[in-house]
Amino acid sequence: MRPKRRRLALVVAAMVTLGVAAALVLSAFEDNLVFFNSPSDVVEKRLPPETRFRLGGLVEENSVTKEADGLTTRFRVTDMKHTVNVRYTGMLPDLFREGQGVVTDGRLGPDGVFVASQVLAKHDENYMPPEVADALKKSGHWLPDGQKAKP
Amino acid sequence: MTTMHRFANPARFVRVSSAVLPWVTALAVLCIGSGLYFGLFSSPVDYQQRDTVRIMYVHVPSAWMSMFVYSGMALASAISLVWKHPLADLAAKASAPLGAGFTLVALVSGALWGQPTWGTWWVWDARLTSVLILFFLYLGYIALWEAFDDPQRAAKAAAILALVGAVNIPIIKFSVDWWNTLHQPASVMTLSGPSIHISMLIPLLLMALGFTFYYVAVLILRIQREIVARKIRALRLMQTEPAATPVFGVPAQ
Repeated sequence: MRPKRRRLALVVAAMVTLGVAAALVLSAFEDNLVFFNSPSDVVEKRLPPETRFRLGGLVEENSVTKEADGLTTRFRVTDMKHTVNVRYTGMLPDLFREGQGVVTDGRLGPDGVFVASQVLAKHDENYMPPEVADALKKSGHWLPDGQKAKP
Repeated sequence: MTTMHRFANPARFVRVSSAVLPWVTALAVLCIGSGLYFGLFSSPVDYQQRDTVRIMYVHVPSAWMSMFVYSGMALASAISLVWKHPLADLAAKASAPLGAGFTLVALVSGALWGQPTWGTWWVWDARLTSVLILFFLYLGYIALWEAFDDPQRAAKAAAILALVGAVNIPIIKFSVDWWNTLHQPASVMTLSGPSIHISMLIPLLLMALGFTFYYVAVLILRIQREIVARKIRALRLMQTEPAATPVFGVPAQ
């Protein structure tokens, strides 16, 4: 029995140490593990112009405009506290629309406009048939992306 | 410990598992069959993904299984290290290729879903990267077993690797909550209840059950095969060196 106890204690101690080490490493690399920065992060971290990063948030309602060339889109990304103007030239994903979560990759220009080289649509965790979505919209239980009512 | 060693007898394991196997196989076929029917034909399209949502019925169960199988492997490895339970090694070893398969299916189906939905096959966000690491852990575990001639030394080294890699499992599960990622947070296993419509939840859960039964059925076959392989090895050793150690019911001379 005694060697078994000792081996058990050893395994448990090793796992606890490993867990603590992993937690320390992950919290130290926090900034590199986030996939994107929110508009609030951009304001708080005072990211300098011309640094490349990903900006994520919701496409603000009534903010999408197409430019004359038909390829360039301007929109605002918001996290409900702060907003960043974005300019993007290229194909947009199918799910891109106002109120939709997006992650854009690019650089913040000196004029404060984020020039994106890639736009990805972010999908939320809600899955429902179209009829249910329509019913929710009709009954007024529909909330903007990211805070929708459960079906 | 007597209770534990009652199940440690490989002959008893073969007897009991052979009796269970046909039932588990039938359940796997039933669940996956009905899950595929409901998932592919008789469930509604999603309000914004349309038919792409059907990839979820394969992607989500394989992703769950990739973590479930690894957790089982890590637990079996701990039992093997602490209690030297002879079946624990075999269960862990037999699980690894299955887990690697589930992880690969999750990664590939996820990429196929990501392209139309997100607009990209792959991003290096915390969820996707940690699942890729899980896949490499499985491959490393399988390779480590093959790197030793002596199965006992291989079992010990592989068990330590499996336990070290277990740190990755909570990271995968909570990556979408701890850091912002492109991958969406959990839909089913959340404290507030599933945020997925019941017409889509039923095929999803059927597929998850079916994948679990499939895993159990193939695991039983693989463990039985491993037991036979070790008996053959023991017999060969006995022929060459008469004083070989007893392995699984084959007494040394």
